[in-house]
Amino acid sequence: MLSTAILIATTLVCLSLILNLWRLFIGPSRPDRILALDTMYINSIALIILFGISSATTLYFEAALLIAMLGFVSTAAMCKYILRGDLIE
Amino acid sequence: MEFWIELVVSVFLVIGAVFVFIGSLGLAKLPDFYTRLHAPTKATTLGMGCLLIASVILVTYQQGYLSLHELLITLFLLITAPVTAHMLAKTAMHHQLHITDKTEDKELSERARERMNP
Repeated sequence: MLSTAILIATTLVCLSLILNLWRLFIGPSRPDRILALDTMYINSIALIILFGISSATTLYFEAALLIAMLGFVSTAAMCKYILRGDLIE
Repeated sequence: MEFWIELVVSVFLVIGAVFVFIGSLGLAKLPDFYTRLHAPTKATTLGMGCLLIASVILVTYQQGYLSLHELLITLFLLITAPVTAHMLAKTAMHHQLHITDKTEDKELSERARERMNP
């Protein structure tokens, strides 16, 4: 039952990544594309956690934490950049 | 593995994945940027919380001790999602993006755009 649940969850997360990629391509404005990238890193954290559950190891949680931190910093930096035109004033 | 632990973990995994999918579906389908901002920052964060709770239960059962690594990721996502949403909304107002016609009190967005940081 657990392997079936992992399969369903992985399929749904991969479908969400495809939808995010679609929004990243067609997104009419730059904030749309930043939002799509932001959602993509959160979904890739979900994928890493599902892989960690399916392979029964706790090795990948540090990688997920690192992606969470760097993703937030990069989103904040891109927002600041297109809001003000430079990063450090 | 005991049956009820497997059941609880499976239910949490499927619910979390469905919420993550709903968030991305909203990002793809909704009409303008301000409505699109709602889907990933709320539904996806809830879905990630469910997935990480499933992971906590499973790892705690497998390793035999309480594992709280994953709650750190949940906490970090819960803190950063509203900050990201706020910065993206300010950016969108600064760029005067298209607002869908059903939005009420559209003229307030102009005043919010003019307001400077404290």
